[in-house]
Amino acid sequence: MQAHVPLFAGLCLSFCVAIASAADAPPPALAAKAASHSTTDHSQLEALKGPFKTGPEVTKACLSCHNMAGHQVMKSVHWTWEAPSKTDGKLLGKKWAANNFCGSPLSNEARCTSCHAGYGWHDKSFDFADQDNVDCLACHDNTGSYRKFSTDAGHPLYADREFEPMEGPPGKKLFKAPDLTRIAQHVGRPGRDNCGNCHFNGGGGDAVKHGDLDSSLKNPPRDVDVHMARDGANMVCADCHTFNAHQPSGSRYAVTARDTHGLDLPKDDHNRATCESCHGLTPHRQAKINHHAGKVACQTCHIPEFARGGVATKMRWDWSTAGKRDADGKPLFVKDEHGHLKYSAAKGDFAYGENVRPEYKWYNGSVSQVTITDKLAGHRAADGVLELNRVDGSAADPNARIWPFKVMRGKQAYDPVNDTLVVNHVFGDDDTALWKNYDFAKSIQAGMDYAGLPYSGKFDFIETRMNWFITHMVAPKEKAVPCAECHTRGNDGRLAVITDLYLPGRDRNAWVDLFGSLAIAGAIGGGLVHGLVRILTRRKENAQ
Amino acid sequence: MSAERIYIYKRYERFWHWSQALLIIGMMITGFEVHGSYTLLGFESAVRLHTLAAWTLLTLWAFTIFWQFTTGEWRQYIPSLKNVLAMVNYYLIGIFRDAPHPFRKTVVQKHNPLQRLAYLALLAVISPLIWVSGLFYLFYGDWQRLGIDAYLNLEWVAVAHTLGAFLITAFFFIHVYLTTTGHTVFAHIKAMITGWEEVDGTQHKP
Repeated sequence: MQAHVPLFAGLCLSFCVAIASAADAPPPALAAKAASHSTTDHSQLEALKGPFKTGPEVTKACLSCHNMAGHQVMKSVHWTWEAPSKTDGKLLGKKWAANNFCGSPLSNEARCTSCHAGYGWHDKSFDFADQDNVDCLACHDNTGSYRKFSTDAGHPLYADREFEPMEGPPGKKLFKAPDLTRIAQHVGRPGRDNCGNCHFNGGGGDAVKHGDLDSSLKNPPRDVDVHMARDGANMVCADCHTFNAHQPSGSRYAVTARDTHGLDLPKDDHNRATCESCHGLTPHRQAKINHHAGKVACQTCHIPEFARGGVATKMRWDWSTAGKRDADGKPLFVKDEHGHLKYSAAKGDFAYGENVRPEYKWYNGSVSQVTITDKLAGHRAADGVLELNRVDGSAADPNARIWPFKVMRGKQAYDPVNDTLVVNHVFGDDDTALWKNYDFAKSIQAGMDYAGLPYSGKFDFIETRMNWFITHMVAPKEKAVPCAECHTRGNDGRLAVITDLYLPGRDRNAWVDLFGSLAIAGAIGGGLVHGLVRILTRRKENAQ
Repeated sequence: MSAERIYIYKRYERFWHWSQALLIIGMMITGFEVHGSYTLLGFESAVRLHTLAAWTLLTLWAFTIFWQFTTGEWRQYIPSLKNVLAMVNYYLIGIFRDAPHPFRKTVVQKHNPLQRLAYLALLAVISPLIWVSGLFYLFYGDWQRLGIDAYLNLEWVAVAHTLGAFLITAFFFIHVYLTTTGHTVFAHIKAMITGWEEVDGTQHKP
């Protein structure tokens, strides 16, 4: 009988260990998204035998089967770089909207269009109607080896090339031409690299622009992105940014600031670029937290900081200091102690941030975006800073919620006479490009001439601000922003600047608090005095 | 001075009183934390406990209202202005001179006239103020769905709730102090624990 006791205990123990280890094991990864589920092995196709010498040759081969794809892509913002504003119909998109990073692609096409979903957009003569110019591989390469070269107007290298990047370490570096034939035979659904090659590098480098999109998302730890981590949901960009006939869902130019539809079911529009599309409208167990979603975007609590993956994002870019040279007369490039370029003769001064707490603003999806043709008068904030894309909304607006933003600050060139921003010709092998000659007078004149926009010939620099809403790098739920970081009287409260609503824990009525405090003090004091007199009078009586 | 013991607070009544006391003290502590007056448990825990205590107290009240009416005890709360001045006079003067208490507790009349007025004010003014504002506050997220968001304003609801909280807190301290005014300092509290009150037999009979 006694022998059974340790046996039983042993069984219990091993059972507990089994349970514990089962709990520790990461959840099984979702099925691999590669070609394994495809009904076609592209490497067996006659049309893809190759060999392919250029990108457009591959595209022709793709279109020989996917005969609608080219025309679908040519309608998408990835191709047109144009998007009409939802509110005022004004043409936006990369072509027209101004930002405080590199500025306009006009006159700089060969450099900027290394992220265009096409081939050969060298200048204004680019044929947007030729489907052979569509780049299929940028999005559909599954080998991870396809790269569009940074200065070849969207083409990859067709032969190995020695090249010295402007801001890299001195000396030429060998860049290998990708094997187009092999890549064409290994195509499939877009993975993280396909999107990331451009979107992680927005603004000219890793993490520069968005703050919530950088190379750390290729294989992020769960703390950085609960959706994309391998031990999280192991999702890829296109799982949320669902495509319909090559049109991506979820765009800065078509934002759903408040999703009232909820789950995206098969009968719906296959747009999953909101949290609610998968999580529904009431995802929390506590009703009080679900109620918050009426006024607070999911992102506000669930993305406590941006640039959390170990890659710093640019927070400030001051163009006005560009052009300095060192003692030898060479353009100056200075790195900070973290290896970040903090001064570039080509671009001016930079400031970076990691693990940055967002700024919070009401946002109803409507943006007052400054374009390169707009007069600036109506876009200056009370502090005189030019708001490049003021976001609209208030507590009284039923469509607005409080959203987190990376606010990019900068100082950039403008025309003080015409009161417009300017097109700056930064890139090119000519004697006007800023990155060759470091002369704003020439580069702006050349940019404005190229764009065909009115220019007074005078330029100055203006302080600007730009709002980049934060929606990626969702943290695990246990890392969500604690209630008290907003519900606090402290000046460091996250919502300290949102003053047009009553925020419990922060706000109060001073008169009611004064009256109430006096009432409590009176109650306690009255009791104390009354009790004291009782003690004193009893003593006197006892003494008598 | 001959003392007479009467069984004045029945078992349910004592359970009600002390559990209600616990809940209200808990709600005062958590409520003022939610108000931002101090940090103790953390905002989130404070909100959670405050809400839990509110629902518990509402449940307790449902049973208590049932109890009040089935036992007829509700009559204890019928106000009367008779002898109110005598009570005021006692608390302001008599108590310091060791004058006899003008009111003699009995099983059918356990509250003195001043107490009755105080409880009436509690039931008719402070309670509705707290509960109505509190429930609107709690269901703020449903205002839009219920179509009442155009008529209400969170700030006023919250401020009304805060005002109620200050009033009941003041009431609480006065209430606790007055428990010490029995024939010994702890006589009333003892009675609320055991149910038995020692009543002075020499005083005038009701």
